[in-house]
Amino acid sequence: MSDPTSDPTPRSFINALPFAHALGMVLEHVGEGRARISMDWDPRFVGDPTTGVIHGGAVSALMDTCGGAAVMSCPGALTTATIDLRIDYMRAATPGQRITAQAHCYHVTRNVAFVRATAHDADAEHPVAAATGAFTFTRKEDR
Amino acid sequence: MPPPEPVQEVKHRRDTALRRLVDAIPYAGFLGIGFQRHGDELTGVLPYDDMLIGNPVLPALHGGVIASFLEVTAIVELSWAMLWEELESGRLTLDTLTETPLRLPRTIDFTVDYLRTGLPRDGYARARVNRSGRRYASVHVEAWQDNRARLFAQATGHFLMPQRDHG
Repeated sequence: MSDPTSDPTPRSFINALPFAHALGMVLEHVGEGRARISMDWDPRFVGDPTTGVIHGGAVSALMDTCGGAAVMSCPGALTTATIDLRIDYMRAATPGQRITAQAHCYHVTRNVAFVRATAHDADAEHPVAAATGAFTFTRKEDR
Repeated sequence: MPPPEPVQEVKHRRDTALRRLVDAIPYAGFLGIGFQRHGDELTGVLPYDDMLIGNPVLPALHGGVIASFLEVTAIVELSWAMLWEELESGRLTLDTLTETPLRLPRTIDFTVDYLRTGLPRDGYARARVNRSGRRYASVHVEAWQDNRARLFAQATGHFLMPQRDHG
């Protein structure tokens, strides 16, 4: 099996991550420090049965994966792992609607990558969540 | 003084209330998360499953799984603290419990600190409610695998409390 984190091509990145696959994530775009990943609403991912709203943890998993994909698309990236991730839940995602996350790796140092991300449902004008994170960053030339 | 309540009745009431709370969260079931109770103390348990892997080479649990486990544990702890108070004061009984719609706190923000790689084995988590007001609550969660003292992740979250009909 190849190292999924050493192969930043879109399909291999998602398919090699069992949990991303379990949540039905689809990588829509990746390149130059940016990534877009989406997932369908699913009754199994609901956090509050009285509202049908998807659990924050599922949105967090989507944004974490998207952030990691954005980091891996930075020039020279070899491996990455999340150091910390903060998520602000701005509004409840509408039940039944697909959720799309967009992440931007806006700064990279020798060892650290900084990421900002947002997530939205069918209403792209009003995000459901925003995230900021720091990721580990190892470069190909360091090996 | 009235005689003390039989221990099996006390346990039945508490376990039923906890089961109802956890069973009501579909995403907790999807991840396989369960809770062990000792008195009012809860420990979240995340049994290992191949589905939970994020990096198959190491292999390591997905960061999103860890964040989800921590957030589920925080929400269940916060809800349980409210439920416990109502249950033990007698304001809520097992009969009225099943008729009352479950009102869960809503996450405002959640910050996860990934301390170590999540190994392919069971995980445990315990949450501490640092402050719980009428409207807002602050909760800290710690998760570990083999050694209680070696945390693999911790998180702090803020929550909007459900508004109660009474009291």
